Amino acid sequence: MVVPLYHILAFAGLLFTIGVVGVLFRRNAIIVFMSVEIMLNAVNLAFVAFSRYHGNVNGQVFVFFIMTLAAAEVAVGLAIIVSLFRNLRTSDISEIRLMKH
Amino acid sequence: MTTILFYLFSALLLGAALFVVLNRNPIYSVVGLVFAFMNLAAMYFLLEAYFIGVLQVLVYAGAIMVLFLFVVMLLNVQPDRPHPGLIHPDRWWFGIMALIFVSLFLLLIGQGVRALLTSPAEDAAGMGSVADVGEALFTSFLLPFEIASLLLTVALIGTVFLAKKKV
Repeated sequence: MVVPLYHILAFAGLLFTIGVVGVLFRRNAIIVFMSVEIMLNAVNLAFVAFSRYHGNVNGQVFVFFIMTLAAAEVAVGLAIIVSLFRNLRTSDISEIRLMKH
Repeated sequence: MTTILFYLFSALLLGAALFVVLNRNPIYSVVGLVFAFMNLAAMYFLLEAYFIGVLQVLVYAGAIMVLFLFVVMLLNVQPDRPHPGLIHPDRWWFGIMALIFVSLFLLLIGQGVRALLTSPAEDAAGMGSVADVGEALFTSFLLPFEIASLLLTVALIGTVFLAKKKV
């Protein structure tokens, strides 16, 4: 493997940054959720890169667990978004403020 | 050749991620995210993490994105209105939060790099196969593995409960 580890890690950081920007600036709940997925995948990429360059398989096992967690999180989160949409008729997170008062 | 492919997939992934975050229409965002995950799977293959690459295609690009697509179609979400805009004017301070997040992430990565420099890695080729990951999964990570299955069951029940017609 000739790609330096620094390049992969810098790229993972860049991907994570894109995810953070999406979470903080977008108003559509589904797109915020997808940005969270991008952040999780940036971390996964860092894990796999370290696993490869350390010669240790544990990083890939961690990625496996993160994927399991992401599947569970997406199922529950999307159910919450659906039930919010059913009650409030919107998926705009700036209009969802049931807990404000 | 591997290097060129790696940078090519990186560039495509970066473009797809930007497309996801910047697009106004959620359907296009979902399709862009599927493309991004496919590129990430290719990068995993180039890093010789074959099992993780297959999982990325099956679980992420397959199952999770189908779920997203279903929900987008179910909700019939309209594209964001052009005004008041993609970015709230009173959210400039979110940029500072983003900066803090990113610097924390880079700090963690720096720790990892330092650990790698102090104990240089032996080049262990071909340890990302299903057999290798499976062996670690069923020996030293057996308890977390069973807890993960419990977590999936809990998520399944919770999803059914949340998405029922009458809560």
